[in-house]
Amino acid sequence: MEEVPHDCPGADSAQAGRGASCQGCPNQRLCASGAGATPDPAIEEIKEKMKTVKHKILVLSGKGGVGKSTFSAHLAHGLAEDENTQIALLDIDICGPSIPKIMGLEGEQVHQSGSGWSPVYLEDNLGVMSVGFLLSSPDDAVIWRGPKKNGMIKQFLRDVDWGDVDYLIVDTPPGTSDEHLSVVQYLAAAHIDGAVIITTPQEVSLQDVRKEINFCHKVKLPIIGVVENMSGFICPKCKKESQIFPPTTGGAELMCQDLEVPLLGRVPLDPLIGKNCDKGQSFFIDAPDSPATLAYRSIIQRIQEFCNVHQSKEENLISS
Amino acid sequence: MEAAADPGNLAGVRHIILVLSGKGGVGKSTVSTELALALRHAGKKVGILDVDLCGPSIPRMLGAQGRAVHQCDRGWAPVFLDQEQSLSLMSVGFLLEKPDEAVVWRGPKKNALIKQFVSDVAWGELDYLVVDTPPGTSDEHMATVEALRPHQPLGALVVTTPQAVSVGDVRRELTFCRKTGLRVMGVVENMSGFTCPHCAECTSVFSRGGGEELAQLAGVPFLGSVPLDPELMRSLEEGHDFIQEFPGSPAFAALTSIAQKILDATPACLP
Repeated sequence: MEEVPHDCPGADSAQAGRGASCQGCPNQRLCASGAGATPDPAIEEIKEKMKTVKHKILVLSGKGGVGKSTFSAHLAHGLAEDENTQIALLDIDICGPSIPKIMGLEGEQVHQSGSGWSPVYLEDNLGVMSVGFLLSSPDDAVIWRGPKKNGMIKQFLRDVDWGDVDYLIVDTPPGTSDEHLSVVQYLAAAHIDGAVIITTPQEVSLQDVRKEINFCHKVKLPIIGVVENMSGFICPKCKKESQIFPPTTGGAELMCQDLEVPLLGRVPLDPLIGKNCDKGQSFFIDAPDSPATLAYRSIIQRIQEFCNVHQSKEENLISS
Repeated sequence: MEAAADPGNLAGVRHIILVLSGKGGVGKSTVSTELALALRHAGKKVGILDVDLCGPSIPRMLGAQGRAVHQCDRGWAPVFLDQEQSLSLMSVGFLLEKPDEAVVWRGPKKNALIKQFVSDVAWGELDYLVVDTPPGTSDEHMATVEALRPHQPLGALVVTTPQAVSVGDVRRELTFCRKTGLRVMGVVENMSGFTCPHCAECTSVFSRGGGEELAQLAGVPFLGSVPLDPELMRSLEEGHDFIQEFPGSPAFAALTSIAQKILDATPACLP
């Protein structure tokens, strides 16, 4: 099994090209020469650009289809209800961008301005950017390998004219690969507040999410907390609850206890959520009193609190 | 059939089917697992190759977590899941020391492992090799399609859920198939409708009809809708054989009929 490369130490570490796992890697010589250690100049440029962005939140999950984009969109909708809060929603799912559809912005195009790409504005205080806005037809597939996807993410962070923003929400594709490494590296100097991790209750999903939590530890990304989505289904006819995705191993709650990360809340399955996403509307407007809306609102509040506490901590550090 | 290059370890594999979807969490691994089980119950020898490197789900769905692959003189021996050795599996999950370890790999490294998976697994004689893929249209997919091309895969099964958001991603996957010359064997709609166990009311949790519409639009066969079924979820969670244990459940009928359509679509093969 020795030929399977296990843990790449990373091109910028002291072990680059020298670790046991580097044996046989085609990039071994390049890494060992130290050429990989020079930081990408874009990191500094992105840091400059991000000076006008107060909080940066990543929405992650190891598993696909658990509701990352739905959550990102509704986090944006929820925060944007306060007219004085500027929200930017960035979709870095390059191969499967869902945000344009969920936000009702399908078919919109990005405009070039003097200071870069201008995001598509849903409201005055809610700007959206996605690779979906750069495609000419909804059938267009973005069949790109890693380096090209990374280039796109770099452009999204460096060349989009976001302006003054309170919250930048970054929606990611499933997994722990190019897109995730890139966004964390590019934003490294600019400081990310943390990651919100989405899961569904089943073990098949949790096992991927544990990997994602380990990824966060590996890249030193703070975890704001975990959201359990699709948690229970209330039959619209008899109002009784059933578990469509049964939490056979204790669900997100037990996982959070084991891994010592906060559980931000549980969002029940509500057929209206999917319907509204398909129509590109905010679910909060259609179902203001639904248990799912209430769950969302409480989670959004906890995320805001997390960001504020951390901001004031930093300000204290600077002033002291 | 003239063999391009050296067929190597895939020489004994008759038919290769890829399971694809642009969207994550729609049930690619579920469909792969249940298709493999159904084909096995139809008397076929089946292998599953799980090329989802960052989120391998199949070992758990078949109750094979913690098993290890062994080196044999022809390469890696896959993990056999039954006494008769009629169902075998290869997944990155078997190569990890700790199950929670994250495989934080960029494209080139993933491509290298996929090439190895295609060339170095000693499958032996198989009627079907089902290849389960991660979501998207990126490195893993290109690497898999390229590596399998000389072995002339039978085609791809494209999985979607009924919502427009999912169908949108799957449309892009169909474009991927067209561009890479992969035949689409058909579309499977998963998670269509949930029958309340209390009052038997059927609710379209993720709206409805998307899969069939997509198949029509793309001019490819529609293979069927699999309803949301807690028995199916539980079997997958616990690694049980759903096809064997719940022949009365609604998902069973759907899954076996899909498997039958695959069997019917398979050209008779000269021994």
